[in-house]
Amino acid sequence: MRFALRRLGFFAVTMWAALTLNFLLPRMMPGNPAVAMMAKFRGPVSPQAFKALAAAFGLNNHQSMVSQYFSYLGDVATGKFGTSLYFYPQSVGRVILDAIPWTLGLVGITTILAFVLGTGIGIVAAWRRGGRLDSIAPPVFVITSAIPYFWVGMMLILVFAVRLRWLPGAFGFDITLAPSFSPAFIGNVLEHALLPATALLVTTIGTWILTMRNTMVTTLAEDYVRMARAKGLPGRRIMLDYAARNAILPNLTGFAMSLGFVVGGAILVEYVFNYPGVGFMLLQAVNNEDYPLMQALFLLITVAVLVAILLADIATAIFDPRTRTAG
Amino acid sequence: MAMLPPVPSPGAPPVRLLELAPATDQQARRGRAGLRRLVRAVRANRKASTGTVLLALFCLVALVPGLIAHDNPNATIYPRSLGPSARHLLGTTALGQDIFAQTVWGTRQVLIIAVGVGLLSTGIAVLIGVAAAFLGGLWDGSLNLLTDVLLVIPLFPLLIVIATYVQNAGTMVLVLVLTLTGWSYTARQLRAQALSLRNRDFLLAARVRGERRMYIVVVEIIPTMTSLLVASFLTNALYAVLFASSLQFIGLGDPNSDSWGTMLYWAENNEALQTGQYLWAVVPGACIATLGAAFALLNYAFDEIGNPALRPVRRIRANRAG
Repeated sequence: MRFALRRLGFFAVTMWAALTLNFLLPRMMPGNPAVAMMAKFRGPVSPQAFKALAAAFGLNNHQSMVSQYFSYLGDVATGKFGTSLYFYPQSVGRVILDAIPWTLGLVGITTILAFVLGTGIGIVAAWRRGGRLDSIAPPVFVITSAIPYFWVGMMLILVFAVRLRWLPGAFGFDITLAPSFSPAFIGNVLEHALLPATALLVTTIGTWILTMRNTMVTTLAEDYVRMARAKGLPGRRIMLDYAARNAILPNLTGFAMSLGFVVGGAILVEYVFNYPGVGFMLLQAVNNEDYPLMQALFLLITVAVLVAILLADIATAIFDPRTRTAG
Repeated sequence: MAMLPPVPSPGAPPVRLLELAPATDQQARRGRAGLRRLVRAVRANRKASTGTVLLALFCLVALVPGLIAHDNPNATIYPRSLGPSARHLLGTTALGQDIFAQTVWGTRQVLIIAVGVGLLSTGIAVLIGVAAAFLGGLWDGSLNLLTDVLLVIPLFPLLIVIATYVQNAGTMVLVLVLTLTGWSYTARQLRAQALSLRNRDFLLAARVRGERRMYIVVVEIIPTMTSLLVASFLTNALYAVLFASSLQFIGLGDPNSDSWGTMLYWAENNEALQTGQYLWAVVPGACIATLGAAFALLNYAFDEIGNPALRPVRRIRANRAG
């Protein structure tokens, strides 16, 4: 219980740090960059929204820094993120809510898939140590994990969308179709998700394989595994129940954490594929100087990661008693 | 940056390869033999030698780009969108630049960023990690909190936000931003390592001899961390390559700089893939991937060398909880 409270306290502090960064960054930069943004949007934005913006980015000189800071914290606490400039007159909240399902679907499913496949391959590679898989996997996946996501995406677009014309290389669905839950539309969405999902899978699976393989190799040398062999237990049982079960902890923790990174993790893949998720919105906001949207998305991504790490910590503490006393 | 701690130079400090096993006093003091062992280990390990050769090649290209590519990378004077030919080895861009020259000249900035971030963030990590472990008390608490907070804030979105406000980040700004956001993981490892050393006999001996604290840290403690420092340098360099290129690719770098990420930015903006100018997008990305792979292979190889896999080595990494 004390452990959980301490972690909660830590996350409150982290959240506060992220909020404060969000507040301070535009004010610290030479020549507040928000000024340029304001000039750009003076036309289309209503005077009232404009005034709110000026206050949010510290252009309102009547207020002291401290009172600006507290009214900012109040706004965030009550969920007032203001109006998006680029998607005006939609509110920031609306834009984000529209984007979240796309990211959760694409990145969420891919993350789970990469974890399951990668862990499985890692188990087999370590079990058949010195075999063909084990000699190929490490160098190959060390290299794939060093390739930029977005470039893998570009190459997939080049081969499968531009040259072969097998799959669409942009957008979440065919824009001539009306979104619905009909089989045709769902099929269309899946078709559009295939290339970005592959790009993510190729670049993320390596970490799972290597972590699992390396931990498993260590576990396989433990005495209790030798004991199980001496007892003549079937190989499958030793592999899964004795070795893999104990070796999977680092991967499980990593998995819980990576679920938090789902929200912001595929920013560049979404960007390359014009996939209408959270990451794409973040870059739209960046490229169009829509700072309110950008700040809200950054906070959202941070919260998602924090929650996931908190859950990962609690899960680790439950599964592995050794960590509870570690200081 | 006067606060830079002494970076281990390749000659002097003893190189220990088995940092995961608790250091004995003797191991900590092993001298030059370690370096020779390191060279032998690198040559015996295929991943390590591949990584070294690749990295050396890139360094060579970065040192003398003018000898390799004779065209000016910024000149937009050539016929546009040419295919590869003897005059333009990789063709030209839609803006009339020579792709080969751009690629060759682009090596320098990426390497400067990689090495700069690798060294600086390792340096900050040493300062903060070791200080936290040895000062203890309130210092340890607050430095540790700072490290942990930075560790969990999602890095790439944070980089995007900072780079957006900075606008057109050049080499120095990229190094600075990537360094300030990237030191936390190493600092945590170094703190754990330093804590485990605190009551070792050779440190007590140094204290009894009346050595100054600074001397103890620099001469007695940091050398025992060499392999952690090497790993940290390589990891941070890899992330610097990937993150800097990514930021430049989405247009947050300096659009006039010679770098692979910037090349990709212009390629994407001119729809290189859709208009058949494949090399414009393929070549710089392949270079980023190869340089990244060089750092990653070296890093993995050092793990292998220091951690002969079948020996039961207990992981001491499970230190994030608690």
